[in-house]
Amino acid sequence: MTLRTVRSCTDTTIIEGVSPILSFWRDFRANKGAVTGLGFLLAMALAAIFAPWVAPYSPIDQFRDAMLTPPSWARGGSMRFVLGTDEIGRDLLSRLIHGGRLSLLIGLSAVLMSMIPGVALGLLAAFFPKGAGPVIMRVMDVMMALPALLLAIAIVAVLGPGLFNTIIAIAVVSIPGYVRLVRASAVSELSRDYVSAARMSGAGTLRLMFVTVLPNCLAPLIVHATLNFSTAILDAAALGFLGMGVQPPAAEWGSMLSSARDYIDRAWWVVTLPGVTILLSVLSINLIGDGVRDALDPKLKHTTS
Amino acid sequence: MLSFILRRIGLLVPSILGVTLLAFSLIRLVPGDPVEVMVGERALDPVMHAEALHRLGLDRAFYVQYADYLGQLAHGDLGQSLVTHDSIRDEFTTLFPATLELALAAMLFAMCFGLLAGVIAAVRRGSWLDQSLMGLSLTGFSMPAFWLGLLLIMLFSVRLGWTPVSGRIDLMFDIPPRTGFMLIDSWMAEQADPANNAGAFRDAALHLVLPAVTLGTIPMAVIARMTRSSMLEVLQEDYVLCARARGFSPARVIWVHALRNALIPVLTVIGLQVGTLMGGAVLTETIFSWPGIGKWLIDAILRRDYPVVQSGILMIALIVILVNFMVDVLYGIVNPRIRHVR
Amino acid sequence: MYNATKALLAACLLAAVSCVWSAGNLIFCSEGSPSGFDPGQYLTGTDFDASAETVFNRLVQFQRGSTLIEPGLATAWSVSPDGLVYTFTLRPGVRFHTTSYFRPTRDFNADDVVFTFQRMLDSNNAFRRAYPTDFPYFNDLGLKDNIASVEKIDPLTVRFTLHAIDAAFLQDLAMSFASIQSAEYANQLLKQGKPQQINALPVGTGPFVFKRYQKDTLIRFVGNKQYWKPGEVKLDNLIFAITPDASVRYQKLLAGECQISAYPRPGDLALMQADPQLHVMSLPGFNVGYLAYNVLHSPLDKLAVRQALDMSINRRVILKAIYQGAGQIAVNPMPPTQWAYNATLKNAPYDVARAKALLIKAGYPDGFNLTLWAMPVQRPYNPNARLMAEMIQSDWARIGVRARIMSFEWGEYIKRAKAGEHDALLIGWNGDNADPDNWLGSLFSCEAMNGNNFSKWCYPPFEDLIQSAKRTTDIALRTRDYMKAQEIIKAQVVVSPIAHSTFNVPVSRRVVGFKISPFGLNSFYGVSVKP
Repeated sequence: MTLRTVRSCTDTTIIEGVSPILSFWRDFRANKGAVTGLGFLLAMALAAIFAPWVAPYSPIDQFRDAMLTPPSWARGGSMRFVLGTDEIGRDLLSRLIHGGRLSLLIGLSAVLMSMIPGVALGLLAAFFPKGAGPVIMRVMDVMMALPALLLAIAIVAVLGPGLFNTIIAIAVVSIPGYVRLVRASAVSELSRDYVSAARMSGAGTLRLMFVTVLPNCLAPLIVHATLNFSTAILDAAALGFLGMGVQPPAAEWGSMLSSARDYIDRAWWVVTLPGVTILLSVLSINLIGDGVRDALDPKLKHTTS
Repeated sequence: MLSFILRRIGLLVPSILGVTLLAFSLIRLVPGDPVEVMVGERALDPVMHAEALHRLGLDRAFYVQYADYLGQLAHGDLGQSLVTHDSIRDEFTTLFPATLELALAAMLFAMCFGLLAGVIAAVRRGSWLDQSLMGLSLTGFSMPAFWLGLLLIMLFSVRLGWTPVSGRIDLMFDIPPRTGFMLIDSWMAEQADPANNAGAFRDAALHLVLPAVTLGTIPMAVIARMTRSSMLEVLQEDYVLCARARGFSPARVIWVHALRNALIPVLTVIGLQVGTLMGGAVLTETIFSWPGIGKWLIDAILRRDYPVVQSGILMIALIVILVNFMVDVLYGIVNPRIRHVR
Repeated sequence: MYNATKALLAACLLAAVSCVWSAGNLIFCSEGSPSGFDPGQYLTGTDFDASAETVFNRLVQFQRGSTLIEPGLATAWSVSPDGLVYTFTLRPGVRFHTTSYFRPTRDFNADDVVFTFQRMLDSNNAFRRAYPTDFPYFNDLGLKDNIASVEKIDPLTVRFTLHAIDAAFLQDLAMSFASIQSAEYANQLLKQGKPQQINALPVGTGPFVFKRYQKDTLIRFVGNKQYWKPGEVKLDNLIFAITPDASVRYQKLLAGECQISAYPRPGDLALMQADPQLHVMSLPGFNVGYLAYNVLHSPLDKLAVRQALDMSINRRVILKAIYQGAGQIAVNPMPPTQWAYNATLKNAPYDVARAKALLIKAGYPDGFNLTLWAMPVQRPYNPNARLMAEMIQSDWARIGVRARIMSFEWGEYIKRAKAGEHDALLIGWNGDNADPDNWLGSLFSCEAMNGNNFSKWCYPPFEDLIQSAKRTTDIALRTRDYMKAQEIIKAQVVVSPIAHSTFNVPVSRRVVGFKISPFGLNSFYGVSVKP
């Protein structure tokens, strides 16, 4: 049987107070997984930003004399191509690094393009529960009734394949999640006293929305955004796998998996390595998301294990 | 209570109508029509093209076609496939049980292992067990499902030979499709004709394992995490402390007192996973050659089989909406507070 | 003890049953689900394998494994001197299938032939009005416009009258879409008010009787014990296991879950060929994958530019990487196995320097930009068009030509390609009836400008040649004309033929008598399985 230990009296944080950001960072840092994830993500982001200098070769250069070379540690491999080459002789490491650019770009853009309208619509729905609210929520219900992948495929089929259209499709599919989240959060905030106080002191609707209510909904929003980021990368990979995503010769991880499927028996590295890269990236983002959530969640703050 | 349910039902109708409109317009926005797609590289005679479009009713105005479709639906007629000319309702009832069986098996897998993992992780919070379980579920959550499926096939079917490669059952068994659920049908066939169908049920079950695991991995991870955080909250409540103080065994405290209350938010999550399952079924069905509605719909989109896309999407959406509705009602029953929130 | 004996007996019985079971049973791993079982409506091998090659026969048929014609439901035929009237003598004593949904009361006769073709010809045909569908192959090959009439002369004689000479007419009748349906069955369906059943539950005269189709899973046939050529039906049961994924088909083949598999992955071929349990049958494919230059778009209207682009494509590496050896480099827009193939023509040697020089002379010292279209789906003539486009893009970059790869979803791709929106287009063609006009006429005639003449090239001297060749049945004359026509295409670099893919069928060693078809169709009559 465990008893809760009480904070000792030498802890002065209760009196002096700690800046919330520092407090957040302290709690985040304590989560080893989150820190590892952050580290990996930073490394990946750096590699992606400086890809032309970091990658040994161009991702579209075809080395016709070295098609399907195994990775350097396997039999038949060489240090010339550390991770081996693909089916038309392009260096896998370079393609993975450049692919990171695309995936991060897709993730970031999709999140921004769905978060901004999603938050706006969610706030609208919360603030106008009699007028716009039900309409917005019904439309969101309709969109959420369809499986996300099917809807994304249909949108890409309408718009045509390509990087930008892939981002749009993923963003559109993610909007309902934000709307629901923000609305639920805002609705519960709206019943609080401080909102009534602000209203009575004459705050306009816009100010109420963005200055008063929204900051208090940030915690679940940020967590959802990190989740959305990783889902966006997975969805882009799925679309690429189905042949409807980014167009050749761009090196996107999902498309690399798609054409590599034919070589699953002979050249395992062409299938495994892009998959592992997707896994590690998404994993690191999820770890960060977990860390953020744990650090922001006051209920779990002061309990012992 | 009744008004709550009625209100919820009332909200369903516009959603369903919205879905029909969405599906209807979306597929018509895709460039190319079914005749053009079918002909492919071959020459398309413009006269034949116009005649065919007229015969299929596709040259009419959008709202005319839509009104027609709604009228059809009101009579329970889901329409006819433009390509096979089969009744869509027949096609759906043939293929849907396969997807349903897969989804249920995946859900069962996800719930059993997810709940177990979540509870253990919560009870043993901070231990290596907690960290490894949560790490595992996070990993399962982070990998592309189609990649997982390919790896599983490579390992268990090709290398180890433990599971079959694809399909629902070995074709040596001629199982009459009575319910559409291969597990049930094979069981019945085995009872009816033990000599020829010995081992059919076991074979069907083996075929189901890998696809269910592939499809169920992500929901399992979500359920595990949700259960853990929910249990953690519940375990700190006073009534749990009280139960412990009263001397109940730890097992009883966990399973009887804590879990029941921890399950409430998990319910919502399970309901939401239905949508994921339907979508994830598309990729899983492709990899495992599982003849369900996922692949049927993708093919229909690519072939511009308008009626199939409209009605197929409608059916899926109906199911998702229904499940969410039931979860909402259940949640309202279990948690009286939210019944009166607008 | 007693239980053990029982178990042993049961095991023996089971073994005996399965031995007997597998003796005459063949499972074919097919690549997709058929859209229906009425061959006249459809276009692809997937549909034809499942219906025309199993349940149906045609008046004349291609010999198994060849492009030569042999008698089918017609035992003999004669052509009038003006080439416009074909008279067929029908085979007596042929029975339609007896199934759970149809029992024939008479043998096959001329009524069935007339019904089959009237249905395709006449939009006012009663059955067609009740169950309206299109017959794209029938239309596309010109039969709809060219057949003046189909008449029954007597129960075993049918006469076709044409408007104009069609040298390929007999060949067309051997194709899958011309499968003969039962007029009696059609009437029964019409009376019962469910004519669309003809597409779901087929009745024919063919070597296999349809039993059941489980959507997207399997098709079951049983051997037709009353087939008019009994020696050709050596299987009791024929099952199509529908397996859309190529790697899964291979795995099933390895596991013995099927004995013949469709469309293997090129990458698996080496392993299959080394496997002692398997035998990979191959035949040069009756197809060609090529790159079409839209001559209406500048600068592709200049011959020198097209020549430069053509000679800078490294076909050898493309064959190795994309086709992985399962193909041969193409020179003409028809395969070498097609009669009238001009073997004297050669591709321009791969020469980057000369290509650059040509470009400079043509006025493009800095190269130029163009769009290169690639299909997103696998076609029989091109296993991976997007990868091929990437390779060609890289090749052309060496001579300063900057290609932008564009791809659309297949339906949209083909629509825009026919509208001529592309500069350079990767596309291809499968032969239908082994007639040269099927290649040169279909793909390069002025008439096809709005359709699948993807180069949008209309050249009167060429047009005259192919039109005159079509209107005579003299093989020598036709060959001469087609040879000249190919020379023109080569000289003008209207297209860059890339490769003919090899048609491979991996077969278990237990299978006896399977012959591979030049048309890429899979037929299972004459095939048996060793236990």
